[in-house]
Amino acid sequence: MKVFLPAALRIVLLVLLVAFIVYPGWFEPLFKPLTENNAPAIYNQGSLLSLTLQHLGTVAVATIAAIVVAISLAILVTRPFGAEFLPLSRSLVNIGQTFPPVAVLALAVPAVGFGEKPTLIALFLYGLLPIFENALTGLTTLPANVVEAARGAGMTNRQKLLRVELPLSLPVILAGIRLSVVISLATATIGSTVAAKTLGEVIIAGLISNNLAFVVQGGLIVAGLAVFIYDGLMALERVAARRMGQTVS
Amino acid sequence: MAIRFDKLGVVIAAIAAYAAFLAPFATFRANRIVPGEGRLILDALPAVSGPLLLALVVVAIVVALLKTPLAWRLVVSVVLLVALALAIGMAGGFLTPPGNTFARVSPASGFWLLIFAFTLLLADVLTRLELSPFVRLAVLLIAAVAVGMLLASGAWDSLSILKEYANRADTFWAEARKHVTLALGSLLAAVVVGLPLGILCHRVEALRAGVLNVLNIIQTIPSIALFGMLIGPLGWVALHVPGASAIGIRGIGTAPAFVALFLYSLLPVVANTVVGLAGVPKAANEAARGMGMTDWQRLSGVEFPLAFPVILTGIRIVLVQNIGLATIAALIGGGGFGVFVFQGVGQTAMDLVLLGAVPTVALAFAAGIVLDAIIELTATARRKEAVA
Amino acid sequence: MIEIENITKRYDKQTVVNDVSMVVEPRTIAAIVGTSGSGKTTLLRMINRLVEPTSGTIKLDGVDNHSLPDYELRRSIGYAIQGHGLFPHRTVAQNIATVPLLLGWDRERIDERVDELLKLFQLDPADFGPRYPHELSGGQQQRVGVARALAAKPNVLLMDEPFGALDPIIRTKAQEDLLAIQKHFGTTIILVTHDMEEAVHLGHKIAVMDGGKLVQYARPAEILAKPASSFVETLVGSSERPFRLLSLGRVGDAVEKGSAEGEAIPADASQRDALAELLWTGKPALPVKDTDGKALGRVTVDGLVKLAARPA
Repeated sequence: MKVFLPAALRIVLLVLLVAFIVYPGWFEPLFKPLTENNAPAIYNQGSLLSLTLQHLGTVAVATIAAIVVAISLAILVTRPFGAEFLPLSRSLVNIGQTFPPVAVLALAVPAVGFGEKPTLIALFLYGLLPIFENALTGLTTLPANVVEAARGAGMTNRQKLLRVELPLSLPVILAGIRLSVVISLATATIGSTVAAKTLGEVIIAGLISNNLAFVVQGGLIVAGLAVFIYDGLMALERVAARRMGQTVS
Repeated sequence: MAIRFDKLGVVIAAIAAYAAFLAPFATFRANRIVPGEGRLILDALPAVSGPLLLALVVVAIVVALLKTPLAWRLVVSVVLLVALALAIGMAGGFLTPPGNTFARVSPASGFWLLIFAFTLLLADVLTRLELSPFVRLAVLLIAAVAVGMLLASGAWDSLSILKEYANRADTFWAEARKHVTLALGSLLAAVVVGLPLGILCHRVEALRAGVLNVLNIIQTIPSIALFGMLIGPLGWVALHVPGASAIGIRGIGTAPAFVALFLYSLLPVVANTVVGLAGVPKAANEAARGMGMTDWQRLSGVEFPLAFPVILTGIRIVLVQNIGLATIAALIGGGGFGVFVFQGVGQTAMDLVLLGAVPTVALAFAAGIVLDAIIELTATARRKEAVA
Repeated sequence: MIEIENITKRYDKQTVVNDVSMVVEPRTIAAIVGTSGSGKTTLLRMINRLVEPTSGTIKLDGVDNHSLPDYELRRSIGYAIQGHGLFPHRTVAQNIATVPLLLGWDRERIDERVDELLKLFQLDPADFGPRYPHELSGGQQQRVGVARALAAKPNVLLMDEPFGALDPIIRTKAQEDLLAIQKHFGTTIILVTHDMEEAVHLGHKIAVMDGGKLVQYARPAEILAKPASSFVETLVGSSERPFRLLSLGRVGDAVEKGSAEGEAIPADASQRDALAELLWTGKPALPVKDTDGKALGRVTVDGLVKLAARPA
């Protein structure tokens, strides 16, 4: 995908999304047709803005933790010290990705109880894998003569890692983070089934009271957030890659 | 000879030692929803078996810790996993007072950590053995048969998860069927629609970006919302299209879940078809054209076979993803293992959650292994053809 | 001066470099030639300790190269490799500044040095400094690679097939540049190549390696005239031998008295080029002039043919 959305359309949609989150009342006529029996058209059991912020907060905390842990692990297994763990870590990533997010979420509940915690754990564990996998790909497919040149220039292992290997892997790692964030944004909604404060509450309230308007607005906000975050990270990736003469697919 | 430690072994040994000596092996509860009390291995197992299990764990720790031959590690990890499986069943029988039908015994953190540690050891051995696809399938089959035999033998019957099962045996298999039907059926529909769509996108460049963007955006809609959003349109179809409700289309239930899974499945199928076809070497295509193949002959004889492993990778993603997502269907009355997960969450009955989650994970895991093996087989077959 | 003493490298049972000793005089170029797998690259990489030897010592200007940490050693030695190995995420200027930065030079001194090197390699600093490597042509990338290796004014420059990825015309130009740079800085260079032509052209001395052993280490003329083994003889190429011998000499050394008709050949051209010109024009002799255009005499086919014969 070259351009996810044309620039003008992007700005209009962003303004609409923010306006909807802050002043949902303005959009009531749009959602009215989706309701039956005079049910409320706009979510009325809490503020959309605060739910959105909590949703983003939960995803941010889980993702930052996942980034730190995933990149550290990827660095560890690509150093001579941790090389023994490399094949195993590859198979673990493969196995880990077959675990459904709902199962991770549900299995975390017995360990830590209801609320934000199981959601954070599920998002963290699930977000870990794409970042780790991409960081591993980035760090193991560096051009050999560039790494050789770094050693030949007299860089210590630490300098080589920080000045050459990590910057060169950056576009691939960013792609992993992007995947991870988009998955987490959607998965966080499921967290509301175990009482986490996320936009899933809006959707579930709609499912319970048979109110399609709630389901649609909850879904649209999450999808909108995902599209913009995806778009923003993609732009970042392109900047990082273009400097090196690579293109992002 | 100097004693050399295995680095992974150090990690495994630390986990196993903690799990065996400090963490509770099983949890005992007076009934299914009160909080439980943990029991260490020695308290959870009858007189001889407790110390025996501990001794086995110690031997395994030593084998894992030192640089030992792969064969030893393989034997030790398999023996330990079997011993743990038998021991937890024994703990169930031992801890449940005779005649008490309310008391529940379930595996506790110590048990799960031990399983994790020795699965890690086994996974490391299997990875390092670099097994061929056929052998991997055989290993999976053996594991499945072993678990089946344990279940059939009744060794685990005193465990809480199977007590939950016993109460719901009929619905369990009905939901299992629904779950598999949802996951496989939507995959099939996605392949039937997605393959031609992918080929079309490959041939007609103007379509490509548009179609992929729309499919990408669908992927960003959270699953519970997409499931919910389809209730309305499908309900309308059921009411207004003659015959629609007769073939099972309804606003709630399986139909919206099926459609949602189908929509999610389209992106990986279409995208991988496009990528696979784009990756066909130009030379092969030119040669086919040069030999006078028609468009159709080129597609079926050259492009498609070469793109097949990539397309299969897309199908693997879809299948594993669908098995997981199908659990969400329960939220809109679509059935599947999610029924138990969400019921369990609602009743704070964790054994019920496990009854839904464990088969889902097992199914997804098995599907992943089987398709990985198939992908590798088709890819190696292709390489051999290329060499010949 | 580089003194390699009884250096050996073994991997498990395989001996890659087998008891090699050689001395490279200061301010000269030594070319190491051999087929792939002959151990020539391993030998080179043991000098800056990218590979640690199994036994033996290497001294740089009399100091054992194990007397300081490997990364400090490498900062003091230039290293240029095939396919240039430029850092794709850094600009040309940042690439060249790599080692000075590691050594902690101050900003001003680094900028000055980068400008100096870019000008020396005929690249406009204002234009090329801020570019990224992928925005350069192959020949430019290679020049930046060598500039980077020379940035911290090393006494020694190691080059591993530095011109391997270049097409013939650019390669000839790069070789001329290298000779000029070597004269300019007086750097001691050890260069690994599989191309005997390149070795004869660039090397003050040539080391021939085969199966991990140093088969012959001598001046080019001697390698051509008295190959130490049949392997060296094959490497030299018997059909090319007389022409390579001629390529070592200048026309100025083959001038005979007398005069001849036709376009004059400059005295600093190689004897090989002179013979080619004679054969092409079909003349038995051509006049020779020095750099000021003054006539020196003539060069003849007969005279050159005698020079091309195996020396006694």
